Amino acid sequence: MAENGNILEAVNVRKEFGGLIAVNDVDFVIPRGKIVSLIGPNGAGKTTFFNILTGVYKPTAGGVYFDGRPIAGLPPHEVTTLGMARTFQNIRLFHNMTALENVLVARHSRIKGGVLRSIFRTPGLKKEEQEAHERAHDLLEFSGLRRKDDDYAKNLAYGDQRRLEVARALATEPKLLLLDEPTAGMNPEETANFTTFVARLREEQNMTVLLIEHDMKVVMGISDRVTVLDYGEKIAEGEPKQVQHDPRVIEAYLGTAATG
Amino acid sequence: MTTPAARLRAPEWLGSDLARRWGLPLAVIALIVSYPLWAIEDPFRALFVDKLGMDMDTVFQMAVYVMLALGLNIVVGYAGLLDLGYVAFFALGAYTLGWFGSGLFSERNLHFLDVGNKELPGLHLSFWVVVPLAGLFCAIAGIIIGWPTLRLRGDYLAIVTLGFGEIIPDVFRNGDDIAGHNLTNGVRGVTQLDRPGFGTTLNDATGGLLPDRYSSLPSELKPWFYTILFMCLVTIFVNLRLRDSKMGRAWIAVREDEIAASAMGVPLMRTKLWAYAIGGVFGGLAGSIYGSFINGIFPTSFSFQISIIVLVMVVVGGMGNIWGVIVGASLIAWLNFAGLGKIGDWINGAIPGSGNDIDITKYKFGLFGILLILMMLFRPEGLIPSARRKAEFREGEGEASLYDVAR
Repeated sequence: MAENGNILEAVNVRKEFGGLIAVNDVDFVIPRGKIVSLIGPNGAGKTTFFNILTGVYKPTAGGVYFDGRPIAGLPPHEVTTLGMARTFQNIRLFHNMTALENVLVARHSRIKGGVLRSIFRTPGLKKEEQEAHERAHDLLEFSGLRRKDDDYAKNLAYGDQRRLEVARALATEPKLLLLDEPTAGMNPEETANFTTFVARLREEQNMTVLLIEHDMKVVMGISDRVTVLDYGEKIAEGEPKQVQHDPRVIEAYLGTAATG
Repeated sequence: MTTPAARLRAPEWLGSDLARRWGLPLAVIALIVSYPLWAIEDPFRALFVDKLGMDMDTVFQMAVYVMLALGLNIVVGYAGLLDLGYVAFFALGAYTLGWFGSGLFSERNLHFLDVGNKELPGLHLSFWVVVPLAGLFCAIAGIIIGWPTLRLRGDYLAIVTLGFGEIIPDVFRNGDDIAGHNLTNGVRGVTQLDRPGFGTTLNDATGGLLPDRYSSLPSELKPWFYTILFMCLVTIFVNLRLRDSKMGRAWIAVREDEIAASAMGVPLMRTKLWAYAIGGVFGGLAGSIYGSFINGIFPTSFSFQISIIVLVMVVVGGMGNIWGVIVGASLIAWLNFAGLGKIGDWINGAIPGSGNDIDITKYKFGLFGILLILMMLFRPEGLIPSARRKAEFREGEGEASLYDVAR
């Protein structure tokens, strides 16, 4: 795949679990610097697709190219190191670590000093650690978690836990950020704040974002492009307005009767 | 006007951050370092040695177990990998000394900076070379054992490590005829092991401070004590440094949530292998000096019980907390080697009538079992838990706002 305007390209991606086809030959691209949403009814294969992109699953067939490099089949930590970071649908923080420690873990691949240098705490490593701490602190502040550095992740309010997941993902220095239902369980105010936050990420950090989302207000509000999956197949793709009125999308969400 | 309270106030330095952080540890370290000076002489001798059984020999063994427990703490406490076969590393460390510091390979004759008789047949590397070599071997063994097994999780990993803990002593037991070579001397074990020492040159240069060759006489165990103490301090130092490093954070992250950790760029396999290898190193270091001190290495010395006892030390002390593990290891090792016997003596002495012979050491494992059950009931986080573990075990207590999802 040649370097072009797309940061991620998925070509004919297919995933089968036994006889079940979870993702059926999906083509998908994410243009650089855009916010792309992936929507679809429950069980449409969105999270499976997400897991293929991030290396949790290996696709049965097809290829995934990130920044022009094939990544299908790479383990998750290598995909992350290349510059793709994610959050989880059901929050997966390190609950018994503090907010700051959660973010520091995500610096793992960016800190060069290994075990020996850690034991002898060389000046270079000390500097690296200090920078990591400062950066983690700044990221928490950027994500709206001021003065929460030393709070255990599990003691944070729900909205803050979501924010911490994003801060942690950002600490890996991603070029592409994947958010799996980030506003699930949030109240309208938290959702609105979060939407602004994601928009800010694109404005201020020029981040590319892939969003799985159920809340149509969020999707229609910030997406540049929307892809709709149903039963593992891509049924529509395009600008939010366009997709919103696509009869196949309405059918998938509301059933055949709705299209009348 | 000075109020009584103001006059009683502690001096400035005592309240300072430095004193609060280091005051207690420094006092404890000073007490331990000076142990041979005060505890072995009267009047403390009566209490420490006669009443508590803390003679130099016992203290040495306690220190060996502190090292083992700190090593296992990295595997179990930090990385959360339940290892029931830790004794394998202890054994391999001891046998490394057997290979490179005894007359086992009597057809060879190699001496390198050793302090024994140069005429003795066998491989004799300096003790100070054999110890790091034992650590290296155990790191390699950790990686070899870990490579296939660490892909397993939870109970499965525990079972497989249990198997390795059983297999490795058996390999040493049957190692007297491997393709016609005698590698371990089988059940007869390896005896006449080399002892540490600094040689005559260093001995003369330091005016006898660094002994020429360590003695095994009960009255001359001081160098042994300081050597194991030094090794313990190195172990503690490495533990502390790693805890606060990227690897330490990765271990805890892997323990907390593997999937999230790998999604954050932590390579699971490599991180677990590091835990296993470093844990193994300390087992090996402890094994090599233990073998030399005991002056005999037998396959039967490395039973499954040791794996369990070391694990109990980590759990009782407080998983993941270095100071807790040290306290746990010292306490259990003392009970195991001297304490239970002495407690039995007190009980026999307290019951009127002569000739009582309640031997509570016979019920050792029963008592340890009861101790473990009591700990789990009343203080599951261990004697001195890490803040993290405490939070984990006390989860849900007094927490009203666990689900504050406002909809």
